[in-house]
Amino acid sequence: MHELSIALSIVDGALEELQRQGATEAGAVYLRVGRLSGVDKDALLFSYGIACQDTPLASSRLVIEDVDVMILCPVCGGERPTRAFPVLTCADCGAVADRIVCGQELEIRAMEVVT
Amino acid sequence: MSEPRMVEVRRKILKENDLLARSLRERFRSAGVQVISLVSSPGSGKTTLLERLLTDLGREYRVAALVGDLATENDAARLARSGAPVKQITTGTICHLDAGMIDRALSDWRLEDLDFLFIENVGNLVCPSSFDLGENLRVVLVSTTEGEDKPLKYPTIFNTADAAVVTKLDLADAVAFDLAALTRNIQGVRPGMPILQVSTRIGRGIAELELFLVSQRTAQAAARAV
Repeated sequence: MHELSIALSIVDGALEELQRQGATEAGAVYLRVGRLSGVDKDALLFSYGIACQDTPLASSRLVIEDVDVMILCPVCGGERPTRAFPVLTCADCGAVADRIVCGQELEIRAMEVVT
Repeated sequence: MSEPRMVEVRRKILKENDLLARSLRERFRSAGVQVISLVSSPGSGKTTLLERLLTDLGREYRVAALVGDLATENDAARLARSGAPVKQITTGTICHLDAGMIDRALSDWRLEDLDFLFIENVGNLVCPSSFDLGENLRVVLVSTTEGEDKPLKYPTIFNTADAAVVTKLDLADAVAFDLAALTRNIQGVRPGMPILQVSTRIGRGIAELELFLVSQRTAQAAARAV
């Protein structure tokens, strides 16, 4: 369970962003979490509740957007979803992916802040 | 207090770790040391394999190792029998190594005096995958006794690795191990990843693995010279 480490990093990053915005507290923190990021959503939500205590984020909601895996297909020549998670083959033609386009994200996308 | 407003952030959650890992990678590059990390579930043979690699490669190269565990110095003591410098990182309750732990552990080592530095991560197929340690090569181990579907159950750790090593080959027949199935599953989640096979106990595949690691180091040095 490394989600507590991740949650502490979210709090550090979000606090830095609050300061940059000249804001006093946050109402919500919006994440993008790829299905291939290896992070468990429920464990992260639970950990965030602990990590944000006694900070200006204490009353904030953590909103997680799941990002599905997309690959670059060498046969179809474009971005395609995969056939069956976690195998990296094209949903349309079954070819093996050239590379992963998205699905590995672990990022803070936005915040709702109060000045 | 004014109305709440939305601000776009677009920031990697593990930005601090990634930045530190990048600076470690640059330090490794300029010191000319090849850094190889080992990840796997507990008990798949990381320490046993590493003891062998340190002993063999240590005859020709300057080698050292960092080894992570939640508790005890047992692994460091085992690895020290190879004669190589070894440092234990005890993580307490943390289930993975991060770049900061590597940075601190290396504070009193001269990287210029090393050719190979091995990092044995905490035995865990989930948590280490998110944390870049600045290594040049991440090797994931999977033993014949673990089940061929490990890559499908833990895709992220396989997906972030650069090479896979199948261990405990000497037990393959006893557990009806299916190499073709494991290979298919590894290639499914990480297309094109090199797969090597070893048995540390009977010494099979070790020379090939060492040759692979040395060739990776040579390629790295060639890239540095350009």
